[in-house]
Amino acid sequence: MYVAVKGGETAILNSHELLAAARRGDEGVPEISPAQIREQMRLGVARVMSEGALYDEELAALALKQAAGDQVEAIFLLRAYRTTLPRFGYSLPVDSGRMNIRRRISAAFKDLPGGQVLGPTYDYTQRLLDFSLHAPAACKLPPCADEPLPAAMPRVADLLGHEGLMEAELPPAGDPAPGDLSREPLRFPADRATRLQNLARGDEGFLLAMGYSTQRGYANSHPFAGEIRMGEVALEIVPEELGFPIAIGEITLTECQMINQFAGSSTVPPQFTRGYGLAFGEAERKAMAMALVDRALRAAELGEEVVAPAQQPEFVLSHSDNVEASGFVQHLKLPHYVDFQSELELLRKMRKRHEGRKKVSVTEGNPLFGTGGKAHTEIAVGENA
Amino acid sequence: MTDFSGEPSGSHAQRQHWLSILALAPCATLEQALQQTLTVCEPPPLGWLRKPQSGLYMVRARAGGTGAQFNLGEASVTRCAVQDDSGRIGVGYVRGGNARHAELVALFDLFLQNDESRPQLLATVIGPLAERQAAARETASREAAATRVNFYTLARE
Amino acid sequence: MNAPHIPLLPGFADPVDDAQRIFRAVLAALSRPGMLQAISGLPPAPAPLCAASGAVLLALADYETPVWLQSPSPEACAWLRFHCGAPLVDAPAEAVFAVISQPLALPPLAAFAQGLPEYPDRSATLIVHSAGFGDQGLRLTGPGIQDECRLGIDGLAPDFWRSWQSQQGHAPLGVDLLFVNGDSLLGLPRSTRVDVEGKGE
Repeated sequence: MYVAVKGGETAILNSHELLAAARRGDEGVPEISPAQIREQMRLGVARVMSEGALYDEELAALALKQAAGDQVEAIFLLRAYRTTLPRFGYSLPVDSGRMNIRRRISAAFKDLPGGQVLGPTYDYTQRLLDFSLHAPAACKLPPCADEPLPAAMPRVADLLGHEGLMEAELPPAGDPAPGDLSREPLRFPADRATRLQNLARGDEGFLLAMGYSTQRGYANSHPFAGEIRMGEVALEIVPEELGFPIAIGEITLTECQMINQFAGSSTVPPQFTRGYGLAFGEAERKAMAMALVDRALRAAELGEEVVAPAQQPEFVLSHSDNVEASGFVQHLKLPHYVDFQSELELLRKMRKRHEGRKKVSVTEGNPLFGTGGKAHTEIAVGENA
Repeated sequence: MTDFSGEPSGSHAQRQHWLSILALAPCATLEQALQQTLTVCEPPPLGWLRKPQSGLYMVRARAGGTGAQFNLGEASVTRCAVQDDSGRIGVGYVRGGNARHAELVALFDLFLQNDESRPQLLATVIGPLAERQAAARETASREAAATRVNFYTLARE
Repeated sequence: MNAPHIPLLPGFADPVDDAQRIFRAVLAALSRPGMLQAISGLPPAPAPLCAASGAVLLALADYETPVWLQSPSPEACAWLRFHCGAPLVDAPAEAVFAVISQPLALPPLAAFAQGLPEYPDRSATLIVHSAGFGDQGLRLTGPGIQDECRLGIDGLAPDFWRSWQSQQGHAPLGVDLLFVNGDSLLGLPRSTRVDVEGKGE
């Protein structure tokens, strides 16, 4: 129960100013600019874009500055801002097959066409703090190979697909337009398109934990990182007034194709099944976790027994969004004064009755082995009713 | 749907090409190119049909890269359109929030539709931009290729 | 590419403020059926649209709302595609908005989307070019009207009100109407009962 309370305007205004001062920190240290965040905190920017579900490095960097680096707060800011903008339409599906690749690895095949391309990765760093970063230093130009990567880098899943060993990913008949969670609320049962949109904007920490749970035995799907690729793809749209597609820029994407075992059925010969992860920017952990959870959520569709949280769409999809989760957890800070007063009164009344009952018990029977506990329960039920 | 756009068919490929090159070009470079263009040719009387406007496109992708479509998330887009007195329309669509970039794309799109100015603009603006973009792409690709693993097997003697 | 072009008329001078102003007028028209709303300062729209029907589409139509024009012209189609991004459809049943520029030849109301029992809002809104508004001939009653409202709408087929009455047997399904004439806008939501005066109840 909520009641309107007034007051606190001055306290709130002063709190805004205190927040601004706290955000700025020591004025002896140069102020950070959104451009610096965009260029030098790009992985933080990528997460804000993915979970804010809005690809715009400038706005995401600004949100991070405003939120003093709090990712979930920055994501909330971006989500709030997007509601002020008109929607012009939908893009054509981005084609990760035509990506300008900057990283591409497979844990399933050593010698895949195009090779294992490590790109800018933390994987082979020692995780030792680099104290030389304390001082600004000129960055060396990275080494260049004589030849660029092959123009076409086949997807690993497609290589296996040619042999029929991998379930095919084909558009359903008519290639229907997918449901859109930014326009319609989440409903169950949720189809795969809806689940993928939910996971794409889902909290990385939540997905990471859910994906991890499947590896630890809560719905084991025996995953292999079939392929991870990162790079730039063209963003193409069809303006209604032109009637033909045009590319209006590029976006950076990270894609993960998980390969999972599947025994097959009487109608389907044994083949590998797939889990898919796709995220804005360089976001490999997110894409991998998403692919694990996507596969786990396909349990019912693939005839597997649903036994673990990661396989339950209601559980996963209803709790993946950190803007919703943060809002509901943090709403507990809102005044619940009347609510709490009524609980307090109730408790006092119960205590009083309990005291009375104890006196009766002491005079009439054994309080430890008698019906004291049951009587207490009955009182409690009576109070609540 | 009937095509009332008045475009002769087959001309799309060229326009698609220059629009994508312009959308990827740095705003400052286009600004400079515009100043140079204006010194050599007189622009026709122009009017904004649509002033720069910021909005969103929902980015779609496919499950597994090739399967059912799904909505990945939105991207901010700025668009505008300019029209000359003959009714020809130049459109500017750019990802992001740079209104001036969208304006410059629309102006060049308009000039490029003019048979008289097109050859020169293709040669002096679009061509060099396309080359520069291809070179940047190749550099990125060669940097990535430098991180390609060359496996070797330790043979037992 | 130097082929002749059809010059395109501009849209709203101020897209945000103008769209909000027209939206308010449409909202008022549909919540106060029978009360004329003035919408002025409209940009010209290509025929068969008029300034008022064009403005309503500029404010309400977008890429998600297919539009059906009773008598489409290349100019109007290009204008709607450009300014609204709205797809133009050939079948009335596919339209979210329909522009009736010749009300005497209005297709049966049942030819337009009526909504679904779960989603009555998934129905068509018809923007009808009226020949003028008078102050008698019709008696309107229903939600948003205190007691009753008397007015006249010119230029409709004689049997139009009979089909309007029969639509009301399917409530909550049906279409909503926006009549336009000059700078005036009149709303007729499906919940409004219309009796033709002099023909009995």
